[in-house]
Amino acid sequence: MYAQLIKTARSGIKSREEMSEQEREFQDKIDNDIKIEPRDWMPDDYRRTLIRQMGQHAHSEVVGQLPEGNWITRAPTLERKAILLAKVQDEAGHGLYLYSAAETLGESRDELVRLLHEGRMKYSSIFNYPTLNWADIGAVGWLVDGAAIVNQVALQRTSYGPYSRAMIRICKEESFHARQGYHAIMNMAFGTPEQKRQAQSAVDRLWFPAIMMFGPTDADSTNSDQSMAWKIKVKSNDELRQQFVDQTVPQIEYLGLDLPDAGIKWNEERGHYDFSDPDWSEFFDVIKGNGPCNVDRLKDRVAAWDDGEWVRDGLMAHAQKKAAAKVAAE
Amino acid sequence: MKNEWPLWEIFIRGQHGMSHRHVGSLHAPDAEMAVKNARDVYTRRNEGVSIWVVEAKHISATAPGDKGPLFEPSESKIYRHPTFFDIPEEVGSM
Amino acid sequence: MSVDKQHLLQFLLRQGDNTLVLGHRVSEWCGHSPILEEDIALANTALDLIGQTQMWLGYAAEVQGEGKSADDLAFLRDAWDFRNVLLTELPNGDFGRTLLRQFLFDAFQSVLMGRLMQSSDETVAAIAAKASKEVAYHVERSADTVVGLGDGTEESHRRMQEALEYLWPYVGEMFASDETDAAMAAAGIAPDPASLREEYDALISKVLTDATLDIPAATYAHKGGRTGYMHTEHLGHLLTSMQWLQRAYPGCEW
Repeated sequence: MYAQLIKTARSGIKSREEMSEQEREFQDKIDNDIKIEPRDWMPDDYRRTLIRQMGQHAHSEVVGQLPEGNWITRAPTLERKAILLAKVQDEAGHGLYLYSAAETLGESRDELVRLLHEGRMKYSSIFNYPTLNWADIGAVGWLVDGAAIVNQVALQRTSYGPYSRAMIRICKEESFHARQGYHAIMNMAFGTPEQKRQAQSAVDRLWFPAIMMFGPTDADSTNSDQSMAWKIKVKSNDELRQQFVDQTVPQIEYLGLDLPDAGIKWNEERGHYDFSDPDWSEFFDVIKGNGPCNVDRLKDRVAAWDDGEWVRDGLMAHAQKKAAAKVAAE
Repeated sequence: MKNEWPLWEIFIRGQHGMSHRHVGSLHAPDAEMAVKNARDVYTRRNEGVSIWVVEAKHISATAPGDKGPLFEPSESKIYRHPTFFDIPEEVGSM
Repeated sequence: MSVDKQHLLQFLLRQGDNTLVLGHRVSEWCGHSPILEEDIALANTALDLIGQTQMWLGYAAEVQGEGKSADDLAFLRDAWDFRNVLLTELPNGDFGRTLLRQFLFDAFQSVLMGRLMQSSDETVAAIAAKASKEVAYHVERSADTVVGLGDGTEESHRRMQEALEYLWPYVGEMFASDETDAAMAAAGIAPDPASLREEYDALISKVLTDATLDIPAATYAHKGGRTGYMHTEHLGHLLTSMQWLQRAYPGCEW
């Protein structure tokens, strides 16, 4: 989810007859839920798609530090500051785990970062929206991480071993993210009228961007079939989106806030909530780079990387000197 | 790019008495920094009492293609497992 | 021996404001560090500092006895009531300067916490005991980074030497003594800071030598932070963002 619109590296699915012997063995393993490990044989397209997906997922975690980091220095209490900092730190950790998973396929982290900075790889559209008041921090934890968790819980079953293990670790760590967010926004929604107004504003602004996180509708998501067959993707966009809406609507109601979409209604027959489609043209605009924060987010990441080059080089140079001195001493 | 910090594999002993387990990897300029980074990255939730780091390139591994010859022969040596032997109950626990 | 409450309060505010303000500065790096591993490590340092702040200011509020909390002290005092040393409020500068400042402060804390663990005040001793473990790791890590960057490339060396010249005039204030310090020393609560200098100098000169950095010869020391008499212009801006929500929406539950 943090990986939207991943183009599967091939179009269409091969039938069993079209597959080579190796490809058939590979598909059998996946069908039997046997994990694929780094040194196992795998189709090139599987490898390429995975690198793209894990890379985009990792980039999302790291860029995702920025909208929340925006409030670390303004957190209203020492405890909230510590919680938020720990949470944003976790996102950096998750980025690190995911880059590591991608590295098992021979793609270096530096290379992936370069592709991001050159605009050749993407990150989740959600992080191109601004965080404008303190309630946004609650809403990001609750809605954005909530949406991410729905997806990531499913991805724990993904076919690639290192990706699946990273997801398991991430899900374990993330369990506090959504809860701290909801707790923060509860205090706002149940607080003074001014606090409640901020909470309502946060939900109104972030609802549609949050449900866009699951990517385009299944009908428009032409790349999914192969990814589903390879179990790189485990559930469809619409399935996950529905699951998220169903779990979130009662949570909004509990807060006593107005629903952010007049189209939200319980559908007895389906046993699910109906809801309105987000404005998909906005989604594609954001993906193309025209979201409210795209330019600033990327600029911040590039600056951090470029300004840090002398630090990385300096520490590396010192390590090499030390190693050389040690060899000389032996 | 040319100057990327090496990749290290991290092993952590979760509790006293347990063995070290692979938990993931990270980048660091040298072993000392790798240990420190591992402390900061992989023990944020009180997960460890001891850390090992090994530069990833120094790990030798079995090739996936050897799985058959390496591991299947032991499948047939069922006499290595205690349940292979029927011992009368009267003998007591063994 | 009983101690004047105002002096004890003053002493506790100095401890808590140091960690509060420095923790705030360090947290500014989150999401912007040179590499993920450093980002995560710096956040850990900031988290420790915030935790120490909660303990120091929590105790300060208790000693003050006006029914305030650590948060009240952190978010509702103006700049002239802050008692942190100037070193902690200086802007981060580049990553090297941030880590060098961290080292200069960590080294001081590592010497001080060792002594405070022997404090005649049980609460002070307990806070110091908890903080000392964190500080021991901080100083090890920041020292390593200072050595690595000082003895790294030509550029990293140059930047670290510049950082040292910028920060050096702010080191002396940590060792200034006044009647509060005298009262703390007399009551066995805390050592006279001046008495820590020798140990501190030994520690930092070893590290700075390993880092191939030259300790500036100038001995002038800026002051005014730990007395509150004259902070830098930077503190007001820091508090402007830190305290904004509490000031704009007073009395809320967050």
